[in-house]
Amino acid sequence: MSVRRLDPVQPDSFVFTAENLAWAKSTIEKYPPGKQASAVLPILWRAQEQNDGWVSRKAMEYVGDMLGMSHIRVFEVATFYTMFQLSPVGKRAHIQVCGTTPCMLRGAEELKKVCQRKIHAEAHHLNADGSLSWEEVECLGACVNAPMVQVFKDTYEDLTPEALEKIIDEFSAGKTPKPGPQTDRQLSAPIGGPMTLTDPALYSDTRTFTRLEPPPPLETPKTT
Amino acid sequence: MLADKDRIFTNLYGLHDWGLDGAKRRGCWLDTKSFIDKGRDWMVNEMKASGLRGRGGAGFPTGLKWSFMPKVVGERPHYLVVNADESEPGTCKDREILRHDPHLLVEGCLLASAAMGAHTAYVYVRGEFIREREHFQAAVDQAYEARLIGKNNIHGWDFDIVVHHGAGAYICGEETAMLESLEGKKGLPRMKPPFPANVGLYGAPTTVNNVESIAVAGAIMRRGAAWFAGFGRPNNVGTKLFCISGHVNKPCNVEEEMGITFRELIDRHAGGVRGGWDNLLAVIPGGSSVRMVPAAQIIDAPMDFDSLAKLRSGLGTAAVIVMDKSTDLIRAIARLAKFYMHESCGQCTPCREGTGWMWRVLTRMAEGRAETYEIDMLLDVTKQIEGHTICALGDAAAWPIQGLIAHFRDVIEARIDRYAANPDHDGAVARIAAE
Repeated sequence: MSVRRLDPVQPDSFVFTAENLAWAKSTIEKYPPGKQASAVLPILWRAQEQNDGWVSRKAMEYVGDMLGMSHIRVFEVATFYTMFQLSPVGKRAHIQVCGTTPCMLRGAEELKKVCQRKIHAEAHHLNADGSLSWEEVECLGACVNAPMVQVFKDTYEDLTPEALEKIIDEFSAGKTPKPGPQTDRQLSAPIGGPMTLTDPALYSDTRTFTRLEPPPPLETPKTT
Repeated sequence: MLADKDRIFTNLYGLHDWGLDGAKRRGCWLDTKSFIDKGRDWMVNEMKASGLRGRGGAGFPTGLKWSFMPKVVGERPHYLVVNADESEPGTCKDREILRHDPHLLVEGCLLASAAMGAHTAYVYVRGEFIREREHFQAAVDQAYEARLIGKNNIHGWDFDIVVHHGAGAYICGEETAMLESLEGKKGLPRMKPPFPANVGLYGAPTTVNNVESIAVAGAIMRRGAAWFAGFGRPNNVGTKLFCISGHVNKPCNVEEEMGITFRELIDRHAGGVRGGWDNLLAVIPGGSSVRMVPAAQIIDAPMDFDSLAKLRSGLGTAAVIVMDKSTDLIRAIARLAKFYMHESCGQCTPCREGTGWMWRVLTRMAEGRAETYEIDMLLDVTKQIEGHTICALGDAAAWPIQGLIAHFRDVIEARIDRYAANPDHDGAVARIAAE
């Protein structure tokens, strides 16, 4: 269980922008009447995006009021789900390094060292100018492209320490590097190109199928 | 080897159009209405006859699960919940379906819902899959636009899909925790019974299925249950997405026939083990929650549910994590223990306290800073956690450690002995990288 606490320094207020408020209302409508609490995750998420990548106490209270939930229920949710950041993160990039075994087997520990060297010795701390931060996270679900990191919405896969350094430098300079595998690999296909799904007949025309029906049951001699 | 024409996920690598036009060219949405017209019983029987076992890890027969839903829709609506909270370490198959073949999933949701009397499906995508969720939402929007789903659609079954997402909790992949999370609460698994088919989402009958199980439904009905059942071995049939990671030359995702041997899977698709077959040490064949299997036992084992269960492991999600002889197995498993410590929801004491305790002991053992008797104590604690929690996370945390001790106890003992021989020397144990 991960123990998470609200940040000691909290802003005084939070309100959605008009655009986000309209979005929140349409999200609530996706769920059955009276079940508006179901929208708490998407709406907290949007609050985090609006608040520079973290959720403040005021934002949780605001979301609770909007959904008719008591504040403690929203605090519970925000502290339980680890993608909600409870303290400020780097404005340009918050590097989430996957450290679970499949990535560790392929060199995630070296990536952590790069982050320690280039950003801050400790996770969840901002660098000197507040533009970057990092943390180690659990499996991000791109294990065949290990090791990898996620920065906000995008993943950067098939990394080496040098490739990660370059990515951090680009974020630091205010640019957005190209997401996906950092080698010339086609997503999750093997290095060197796909070895399956190479039959052109699959893609030349619109495919049709004939159903394979099971053979009729064998005639069993009647026992009378 | 499975022929390309028998592969269901024909856009696995994202080389073709994932949108509606591309999906239709690849055969998706073909004859869908005719299956719905044949009625609930026909669809459920077809799934039963196909022998499809759930692709989320437990391998429960999908058709049977569908048949547990009440036959008559009463006052409470029926719901389908699709589990796209793919978080099992090693697993990255549902991600490819969501971003590259989303229409197979949309179509599968419609068929499954019609087969269960549901008019609404919730697809719970893990929080980290943001781009994947955007792709899937776009595919859902296309389907609404083309009136494939929605009110008064061309299939004659009113149907809505709500794309929901989590925020980084592994435990929400457990079906009842997912329902709690969908209701806007912490993802704490519920006691069973009542099972979700009776009391599920919002207290209504609900079935929770994995993405892959649902996404193959269309292909099974189009090509016939007998076609699907023709692959693999009895009770372990069909095709399956394998995720091959770790120490292989070319890690990849691939769709293969169930029951392919480990050797063929790795040689043919993953370019062989790094350093050759003699360099193979152990394999975790089904995602982090199953016991590892040492090289000698796995090499010629068929990759299916029953064969791997005989090796006291499991197919799980078919996430094959390969470890060669450079691997520090104790550290590798200690890292998994840390994963379970992080992801325990904290509801049951054995799991909440036990996962942290096991991680701390394993971390010491990785250095050798332990006593030999502690190996048995650790094994004993795993047995006290296993089976004593509400959900299977306790079991999942215990099994990798049991696998380590069962097969590599000598490695742990040697590490402890080496440390004991040089107790005063700082850093007595040479640091061995896991890579």
